[in-house]
Amino acid sequence: MTSLAHPRSSVGRVFEHRYLQYRRTYRATIFSSFLTPILFLGAMGLGLGTYVDDGSGQAALGGVPYLQFLAPGLLVATCMQAAAFESAFPMMAGLRWSRIFHAMYAAPISGPDVALGNLAWIGARMLLVASVFTIVIVAFGAAASPLIVLAIPVGALTGLAFAAPIMAFCATQKTPERFNAVFRFGITPLFLFSGTFYPVESLPTLLQPLAWITPLWHGVALARGLSLGTIGEEPLLAVAHLAILLAFVVVGTWLAIRTVTNALVKG
Amino acid sequence: MTDTIVSAAVPTPSATSTSSLIHARGLTKKFGDFVAVDGIDFDVAPGESFGFLGPNGAGKTSTMRMIGAVSPLSGGTLTILGLDPTTHGPQIRARLGVVPQQDTLDTELSVRENLLIYGRYFGLSRAECAKRADELLDFAQLTERADDQVEHMSGGMKRRLTIARSLINEPDVLLLDEPTTGLDPQARHLLWDRLYRLKQRGVTLVLTTHYMDEAEQLCDRLVVMDKAKIVAEGSPRSLIEQYSTREVTELRFPVGVQETLDGQLDGLAERIERLPDRVLLYADDGEATVAAAHARGLQPEQVLVRRSSLEDVFLRLTGRSLVE
Repeated sequence: MTSLAHPRSSVGRVFEHRYLQYRRTYRATIFSSFLTPILFLGAMGLGLGTYVDDGSGQAALGGVPYLQFLAPGLLVATCMQAAAFESAFPMMAGLRWSRIFHAMYAAPISGPDVALGNLAWIGARMLLVASVFTIVIVAFGAAASPLIVLAIPVGALTGLAFAAPIMAFCATQKTPERFNAVFRFGITPLFLFSGTFYPVESLPTLLQPLAWITPLWHGVALARGLSLGTIGEEPLLAVAHLAILLAFVVVGTWLAIRTVTNALVKG
Repeated sequence: MTDTIVSAAVPTPSATSTSSLIHARGLTKKFGDFVAVDGIDFDVAPGESFGFLGPNGAGKTSTMRMIGAVSPLSGGTLTILGLDPTTHGPQIRARLGVVPQQDTLDTELSVRENLLIYGRYFGLSRAECAKRADELLDFAQLTERADDQVEHMSGGMKRRLTIARSLINEPDVLLLDEPTTGLDPQARHLLWDRLYRLKQRGVTLVLTTHYMDEAEQLCDRLVVMDKAKIVAEGSPRSLIEQYSTREVTELRFPVGVQETLDGQLDGLAERIERLPDRVLLYADDGEATVAAAHARGLQPEQVLVRRSSLEDVFLRLTGRSLVE
């Protein structure tokens, strides 16, 4: 007979399930993890960057070559997109479509286990995505400082700052219409307007505060400071960026635990 | 025979229940103002095969989810394996097997992977999961499909896999919510055969169904549910004896004739039910009923004498047929 004890690492079992699913598709994902940064850094960093650096751009960027400016921003923005996707569709599938999370919940896995196991998996996936991206950045010669290595956890943290609240929201939805809107009106504009491709100071003054309240801008600023080696110039600002990202993760995780548990209890 | 095995596994019998694995008193489930389960009482004994019979919306699934320790009670008391689901949900779920109404298989994974990962949720080692998966594949007659992706399997195979998966933790109680709904007759019989084998091994089965034949095949004892309440309880045989006659005579008349029969059927049987398309005459001797009807000059288009079933019990209790 099965022991009465609650399996100690239920969060780990949920993680293991995501890993088992991932194993079926990892070849394709690894390939695209390399391809995306190569394409973006090649086209925008090298192609577009030539014009930026030859024109007035380099002065606006504080003398930094465009490729070096762009690379850490793209790393973090890519983590955001990937994490948002991973926290939306697989959650919807597990709760509503294939209902595999309900199967876990019928076993001794709890609602918080499901939320935390999935977030842990997304964090691990983002570490992998950010690592691959960093390898490409270094290969392109787009990192000014060895501190770029620390941009890997920053990328993962920024990913989680999006994944946790999006997961919390998705668990309240029965159909995907509204979270499609999250991508269309949230993730895509952020990708374009949060300082990835140009400093937010270039935006109209009215729009700048919008960038400050989103996690992406904080993640981009941190990663860029690390990659350019300028992070030490304003240490308090760096701590503030980090604190805001952590706040998104903590509050988002708390909400996700609640909404995922609710969805499971309701059936 | 099975009592020793099962009761040895029951850790701390609660003060309220004596020997029952599941004990419910005044069990209630509400969703806002809607009462899905309205103060029902029942007990399930070790090794027993117990059924909830009723139409859709009678409250069967809500009851099963409370027994499965995944849905909180709105009122009453419930103990499962002597434990309170409010405080010991995961501990109870560790010892249950659950076959939900809708399959919850991971269609992206293979048949074997579904079993392996499910065993992991119960904290079993990978080696133990692999060993049990092989046995269960054999039991569910899925060994040859072990490496196929679940997405490409038939409904009957998915159902067998769901049952196999529910057994990976060697549960004390197996909960089956409409196990054969939507399956073709051949797949149903195969599934019934597997469930019958489990019953023979002493596994306690708790199932819901709206199929009469399923309840008669599988249940030692059942309760009939209607509109959130239990309206009758007993073995299939005793329910039929109590609420119906030994035989039923079904008469089908040409279109329009049934409505003109006022009074002509009176006294032919102990009880008469008029359905839109036929008349049911409840009397112990069906052939005698047919003879009496012919003697009165009635000319039904079709005559069928059959044994009473749970369908008749349900009709008697609720005035409605079970499968709408």
